[in-house]
Amino acid sequence: MSLTLPARNASGSSRAHSLLPATMTDQAITGAIADPLLRRGAGRGWWIAFAFALLGAFAMVATMALVFMRGIGVLGNNKNVVWGVPIANYVWWIGIGNAGTLISALLLLTRQDWRASINRFAETMTLFAVAIAGLFPILHLGRPQYFYWLFPYPNSMTLWPQWRSALVWDFWAILSYLLFSIVFWYAGMLPDLATFRDRAESRRAQLVYGALALGWRGSASQWRAHRMFYTTMAALAVPLVCSVHSIVGLDFAASLMPGWQETIFPPYFVVGAMFSGFAMVVILAAALRQGFRYEALLTPRHFEAMAIIILASSLIMTLSYATEWFNGWYSGKSAERGEVAFSFTGTYALLFYAQLLCNCLLPQILWWPTLRRRLIPLVLVSFGVLVGMWLERILIIWNTLSRGYLASARQTFHMTGADWSLLLSPLGLFAFLFLISVRVLPSISMHEVKELRHEEAQS
Amino acid sequence: MTRVVIAEFGTAHDQIEALRRLDAEGFEALDAMSPYRVAEVESYLPRPRLTIRPHMALAGFGIAAFAYGLQWFSAAIAYPINSGARPLNSWPVFLLVPFEVGILAAAIAGFVALLVSCGLPRLHHPLFAYPGIERASQDRFFVLIIPPSDAGSRLALERLLFGAAALSLGEAQT
Repeated sequence: MSLTLPARNASGSSRAHSLLPATMTDQAITGAIADPLLRRGAGRGWWIAFAFALLGAFAMVATMALVFMRGIGVLGNNKNVVWGVPIANYVWWIGIGNAGTLISALLLLTRQDWRASINRFAETMTLFAVAIAGLFPILHLGRPQYFYWLFPYPNSMTLWPQWRSALVWDFWAILSYLLFSIVFWYAGMLPDLATFRDRAESRRAQLVYGALALGWRGSASQWRAHRMFYTTMAALAVPLVCSVHSIVGLDFAASLMPGWQETIFPPYFVVGAMFSGFAMVVILAAALRQGFRYEALLTPRHFEAMAIIILASSLIMTLSYATEWFNGWYSGKSAERGEVAFSFTGTYALLFYAQLLCNCLLPQILWWPTLRRRLIPLVLVSFGVLVGMWLERILIIWNTLSRGYLASARQTFHMTGADWSLLLSPLGLFAFLFLISVRVLPSISMHEVKELRHEEAQS
Repeated sequence: MTRVVIAEFGTAHDQIEALRRLDAEGFEALDAMSPYRVAEVESYLPRPRLTIRPHMALAGFGIAAFAYGLQWFSAAIAYPINSGARPLNSWPVFLLVPFEVGILAAAIAGFVALLVSCGLPRLHHPLFAYPGIERASQDRFFVLIIPPSDAGSRLALERLLFGAAALSLGEAQT
C-alpha cells in the first residue's frame, strides 16, 4: 500500500500545498464523516474486529475477576519483584492516554493545520486508554477493595491519606486527567454532535444526538465562546499532561532503587508517552482510513508529519537511554553500575536488545522519505514502537527489582498465564470501546476540518 | 422573542461579504450562524464580554488553595505522622495534588461558563423551526438582521442581501 505525496514546491516545503483535496467542500466533508455512521450499516470488517475485541474484553473482565478473587498471587510478582505486569501496563497505557490530549492540545497551540483530522480520535484514544490505565494500580493492590482509602473522606477511623505517597499522587493525577480529558473531548465535539442531530434521519438518532448537542446552534457568539474555552483548555492541557506522566515517572524516581532514582525520569517519561502515543495514533489512523474510506481526510501529509515526530521522539528516547547509562557509570555507585551492566548482560538482556531495536533503530528507517510515505512500513514501525515501549516499561521494573541492593534476595520474574492475559486482554477492551465509539460518534472533527478548508481557501 | 430577518448563504465568503455590506449601509446584524467558526464575521457583530477565563482562574486557584489547605490540615493538624523525619507540612510534595485538581476545577468551571455564555443547554430554540436551518451545522451560512421599520429600508435590505448572493431570505423568531 503506498501513499503518494503531492509534489513539493521549489523551497522544499509542502506547506504551500493544501492538506485537503479541492473536491472536499463543506457538504463533502460532512457526508464523508457523518454518512458512514448515520446512513450506512457497519461493514463486515467492523463486525469481525468487534467480535475479536469482544472476546478480548471478556478475557480482561475474567482476568480481573481472577485477580480480585484469588489475589495477586496469581501473577508472577515475587517478594523482590513486587511490581510486575500491572504497573508496566499502567505506565504503558497512561503513556498512550497522555498522548491523545497532548497531541491535540500541543498541535492546536502550535497551529499545526494537519491536527484537524487526527485530534478527535486521538482524544477518544486518550479517554479509553486512561480509563484502562486506571484499573492497573487497583489491580496491583494487595487489598483492592480498599482503593477508595486514597480519597480523603470523613471516616470513623479518623484516618487521612498519606499525601507523600506516590500512590496518592497517581490517584489524583489519573482522576484529574481523565475528567479533564472528558471535558476537553466533549466540548470539542459539541458542534459535531449538532451536525449529527441535524443530519440524522431516524427519530431516535435525532433525539439522542440532539440531547448530546445540548442545543448548539453554531451562532457566531457561540463559536467565539467555544474558541476561547477550547484554546484555554489546550493551554492548560499541556502542563497537565506533562505533570501526569511526570508523576508516573516520580513513582519510580522518588524511590531509592538503582536505575530509578534519576532526575531524568519525568521528562523522559513524557517523551516516551508522546512516542508511543503517536505510534498508536498512526495505527488507529491507518485503520480508520481503510475502514471508513477516509483517504481524502487522512492524507499522506498527515502520516508523514506523524512519522517525522516518531523519528524525532526516537532520537530523544535514544539520548535519554544513553544519559541513563552515562549517569549510572558517572555516579560511581556499584549498584547503579551493576544495574546498567545487568541490563546489557543479565537475565533479560535479549528483551533489552529488542527494546533498543524497536525504539532506537527501527524508527531510523523513517529518515528515508520513500519509506515514511508508505503506509505499511510506517504501521510496522509503529507496532515496533508500541512493543518496544512496553518492553522499556517492564524492564525498568524487572531490571531494577530483580537485582536490588541485597544480593542474596535477587529473583527473576516469570510470567504466569494471568500475566499474559493481563498484558494482552486490555488491548481487546480498548478495541471494543474504540470500535463502538467510532460507530456512534464522529471520529474526525468536522467543524475543524471545514475551518481548515476555509482557511486554505482564504489563503 | 425578537423578530429577525434571516438570510442564507452558500459560502462563508458570501456571508462575510453580506455582513460587510450591511455594516457599510447601516443595517444592524444581530448574529450569524455557520458550520464552523468564521473569525471574520465577529468584527461585524455585537461582541459581549466573555467571562470564561476569569471563572476558570477563580475556580482553579480556589480549588488548588483548598486542596493545599486540606493536605496541610490533615498532615500537620488532624493526623500528624513522622514519615522518615520529613516535615509535617511537606510543601514541595503537597503542590502536586493542588496542581492537578486546580486544573481540573478550572476545566469544569470553564465548561459551565461556556454553557452559560452560549445559553446552553437549550434543546429547543425558536430558530430551529426555520426551514433549512438544519444546514447551518453542515454547509450553509446564515445572517440574522434586525428588520428595518419602514418598507423602503426593508426593500433596500432585501436588495443588498440578494446582491451579496443570498440564497434565501425569510423571517424568524429568536
